[in-house]
Amino acid sequence: MNEMIPPKAERSAALKGLGTSRKRVEDARFTQGKGNFIDDLKLPGMLFGDFVRSPYPHAYVKSINTDAALAVPGVVAVLTAADLEPLGLHWMPTLAGDKQMVLADGKVLFQGQEVAFVVASDRYVAADAVELVEVDYEELPALVDPFKAEIKGAPILREDIADNLEGAHGARRHPNHIFTWESGEKEQTEAAIGEAEIVAEEMIYYHRTHPCPLETCGAVASMDKVNGKLTLHGTFQAPHAVRTVASLISGIAEHNIRVISPDIGGGFGNKVGVYPGYVCSIVASIVTGKPVKWIEDRIENLTSTAFARDYWMQGKISATKEGKITGLWCHTTADHGAFDACADPTKFPAGFMNICTGSYDIPTAYLCVDGIYTNKAPGGVAYRCSFRVTEAAYFIERMIEMLAIKLKMDAAELRRINFIKKEQFPYQSALGWEYDSGDYHTAWEKALEAVNYTELRKEQTQRLEDFKAGATRSLMGIGLCHFTEIVGAGPVKNCDILGLGMFDSCEIRIHPTGSAIARLGTISQGQGHATTFAQILASEIGIPADDITLEEGDTDTAPYGLGTYGSRSTPVAGAATAMAGRKIRAKAQMIAAYLLEVHDDDVEWDVDRFAVKGAPERFKTMKEIAFASYSQEIPGVEPGLEAVSYYDPPNMTYPFGAYICVMDINVDTGIADIRTFYALDDCGTRINPMIIEGQVHGGLTEAFAISMGQELAYDDMGNVKTGSLMDFFIPTSWETPNYITDFTTTPSPHHPIGAKGVGESPNVGGVPAFSNAVHDAFRSFGLTQSHMPHDHWRIWKIANDLGLHDK
Amino acid sequence: MIPAAFNYHRPDTIEGAVKLINEFGDEARVVAGGHSLIPMMKLRMTGLSHLVDLQGIGGLKGISVDGDTITIGAMTTQHELIVHKQLSSRAPIIAEAALQIADPQVRYVGTIGGNVANGDPGNDMPGLMQCLDAIYSLQGPSGQRSVPARTFYEAAYFTEREEDEILTSISFQATGGGYAYEKQKRKIGDYATAAAGVLIEKDGDKCSAASIALTNLADTPIYCEAAVAALVGTALDPGDVGAAVKAAVDASDPSEDNRGPIEFKKHIAGVVIRCAIERAIERA
Ligand SMILES: Cc1cc2nc3c(=O)[nH]c(=O)nc-3n(C[C@H](O)[C@H](O)[C@H](O)COP(=O)(O)OP(=O)(O)OC[C@H]3O[C@@H](n4cnc5c(N)ncnc54)[C@H](O)[C@@H]3O)c2cc1C
Repeated sequence: MNEMIPPKAERSAALKGLGTSRKRVEDARFTQGKGNFIDDLKLPGMLFGDFVRSPYPHAYVKSINTDAALAVPGVVAVLTAADLEPLGLHWMPTLAGDKQMVLADGKVLFQGQEVAFVVASDRYVAADAVELVEVDYEELPALVDPFKAEIKGAPILREDIADNLEGAHGARRHPNHIFTWESGEKEQTEAAIGEAEIVAEEMIYYHRTHPCPLETCGAVASMDKVNGKLTLHGTFQAPHAVRTVASLISGIAEHNIRVISPDIGGGFGNKVGVYPGYVCSIVASIVTGKPVKWIEDRIENLTSTAFARDYWMQGKISATKEGKITGLWCHTTADHGAFDACADPTKFPAGFMNICTGSYDIPTAYLCVDGIYTNKAPGGVAYRCSFRVTEAAYFIERMIEMLAIKLKMDAAELRRINFIKKEQFPYQSALGWEYDSGDYHTAWEKALEAVNYTELRKEQTQRLEDFKAGATRSLMGIGLCHFTEIVGAGPVKNCDILGLGMFDSCEIRIHPTGSAIARLGTISQGQGHATTFAQILASEIGIPADDITLEEGDTDTAPYGLGTYGSRSTPVAGAATAMAGRKIRAKAQMIAAYLLEVHDDDVEWDVDRFAVKGAPERFKTMKEIAFASYSQEIPGVEPGLEAVSYYDPPNMTYPFGAYICVMDINVDTGIADIRTFYALDDCGTRINPMIIEGQVHGGLTEAFAISMGQELAYDDMGNVKTGSLMDFFIPTSWETPNYITDFTTTPSPHHPIGAKGVGESPNVGGVPAFSNAVHDAFRSFGLTQSHMPHDHWRIWKIANDLGLHDK
Repeated sequence: MIPAAFNYHRPDTIEGAVKLINEFGDEARVVAGGHSLIPMMKLRMTGLSHLVDLQGIGGLKGISVDGDTITIGAMTTQHELIVHKQLSSRAPIIAEAALQIADPQVRYVGTIGGNVANGDPGNDMPGLMQCLDAIYSLQGPSGQRSVPARTFYEAAYFTEREEDEILTSISFQATGGGYAYEKQKRKIGDYATAAAGVLIEKDGDKCSAASIALTNLADTPIYCEAAVAALVGTALDPGDVGAAVKAAVDASDPSEDNRGPIEFKKHIAGVVIRCAIERAIERA
């Protein structure tokens, strides 16, 4: 009998559970062009909406004449703020406690702002009619530089709240000031820095950029006037939150709203927010009684839906002569654009910027962030980032380099001296976080060894000599980065968005024949949830991942959750999945024990079955148990096999990594060739190594883009300079470097399966590694800080400013 | 990103095409590969109501070599320029330059005629054609005429070509000696930060003939006469090359854009020109 039971390893492999590089189940449709994205949706009688947008960054709207547009055959309506006002929808709340104009209400505050919404029979007619809407503007001076926001005579942007000295996050000191947010010990930190032997001080700018997902934002709103139900399909990273917000602002009862996120072609934070396009398509559908589609084009995406970063971070870091850090101080000027539409947990107006002590044991720290309005598009979203972690990681990893320069010390050694030690976890950071786990020294040594760090430094020294001797025009830069992330928002006690706790959920139904469906409150935008969450479940409940359907994104069927961003899906919904799986298993145990005629405690779990302790030949497989749960009466146990779990994480998770970038820089052309990029990630338990690798490659490529060329640039007048992919840098495979990936595994102690999340790590850690490499190449010539992006001309300028070009 | 409505015409003869653009005047434009024109239409930066497609005209395609004279039909795609064996051996600079234009998808469709007729200073072929001293054949209502590439370009998007003329073919002499087309750009698919085409012929140790032209370093391509003069007759020593680079950079007149300010572009021009000259000398 015994020999008939396949060995554990074999049964375990058949599940394709945790640790398996299972092929992505999504790819069958994506690689065949058979995905179902928002613009694939066509409903009978569907109309198409398109925006009239402001060409000016700041202007009064004196009048809007829609006559000519309305006269175009096929035009059904042209909505302006005046039409939305009676419904109270000309403004809408933002996720950051501010409000935002849906359509220009008397003035416009950024170039590309939505002024009127044309609804027509097709998108060609709509585009023609947009041209015919006559808007009379009175131009106003634009505020572009956040440091000029509070000077005398600065234009006042938000006249609607100019006199309101109390904002969503406390006192406002000027009409263009949004909030001041402080964290840590000011006096103590300033004292530590004042007394310190060594202090490095620098202004570090993490420039404005944009998530620029392949698929832009869009929606199809469909109001069924017969049953009063609104169905809203759209590019939503948080469909449930959208339903609640839609209900609150429209007054439509929440049970009458169904939000559906279809396949999403990348989000990266850009699809977290609520946009005027969504609201206008809903209103247009209510007004016309027909479905209304709105899809952004690329220029609209780059110039009007959520940007990322734009943090000016003034830093001071102090240390002893030996290099032990004694304090960290940071003042950030955050350019939020015209409306505060950041997508951060409510209590964190600067997101998790206060993770800026990074991987280091820093005894005291202080952070102050000032949010400022400017005449730029709103946003400030987490672009593959957990709420400003990228800014924080860039800040600390630049400050460490600056400190190393002051100390005349090797930057790898300086990190080593200051890392939080393995035995210090759980570690209480000076800015209030409890780091759950980590082993930084092990990762660091592994990384340095992998790239042969000592040899690299020797080669660099030689290169420098050759350069000085005129034998080469190329310098070598070694970019180091050890980052610590804070992801998985988050514990309901301190994390909510618009009052909605940031838990997440999973509901599982096991079918009679032993296959299953699981539904989650999250929504994949390319992360491969249908693949990985089925793997978590396979390991928990012993049903092969291939037999588990995974569904997300339909609020009528999926359990409530806060969606996917901030690398929260695995830490929160992944945990919910495991916990729901455990509930299934607990019930299955009772059923198995009953079927095997033993006490519940006398059976034990064995990969895909329960077996009688000490008698492994007496077992019931999950398949058998599932069938029994539907087919026979089991005393004291309800029929069926289902479970739901709403998981409120006890803490955040803290993935970390050690990245090293080696580049050769031609000082004459400003061209940087990435020779090596080594990325070691520790994301705790590894669910699907292949997907992790893919995530790391993708995130590193974004990091490469951001650090080496990508920016959302405005000129002095407030015009967008990089509004198309001709100028907004998206690398092709040609520019993209090769990556070497590696890992260590330090499971999260509080996550049910020890997983921490990995999607964002490469963006967070990649940017400092690339940027530090550029800086490192010029370190011996006295460079301290040069702002990103490091495109050809900015690198050239570094060399030029340092006198490296013959005049 | 949605163009205004337009009428579409697809004539099958050059005469038919000329007639159509003559008839509709400045409301009409010919379209070749469409990879410069259609983006402009989608951005509604070009308002036109008649699009005259040249794809249906058989006589506009193809590459012919007659002795030393090479003639390329206007509708020949950039891809065809790269894969044509005879062209690659008789004027290898063409393939070298064409490979640096955009990406394969654009090159399968974009034509040499569209590229040179467009008048966009960012296009690579105009500078290249000045380097080759090519002659453009234009056909209008009153017949055929020839214009040298070196005098064709007047300002950005303004050329010698009359609105009712069609560029039918381009011809030039096969090259001997060394060649190089050097381009610095930010990424695949980007126009040049600076680019230079160089041809060099040697007679013994001396430079017997040279040609140097620049791309995207002014609002037209630039043929650098002074730089050529600095090379011809010399032994192509570093000093001679330096003088030529300086003369070419002096002839450039770049403007600031997202690639960088003028000072940077002039510097890159110097690097690119030097690199092209040195590579051409090596190959000569
Ligand atoms: C992403 C991208 C990147 C690019 N990068 C580069 C680059 O690096 N370098 C480069 O050189 N080009 C580049 N291009 C442009 C590309 O090479 C175009 O194909 C080329 O400039 C125009 O050729 P076309 O056949 O597409 O012309 P079209 O777009 O059809 O026409 C361009 C203009 O020329 C006129 N025209 C076309 N043919 C004729 C003719 N026979 N007679 C008279 N007038 C005519 C048209 O009326 C129009 O005004 C790029 C294009 C894209 C989309």
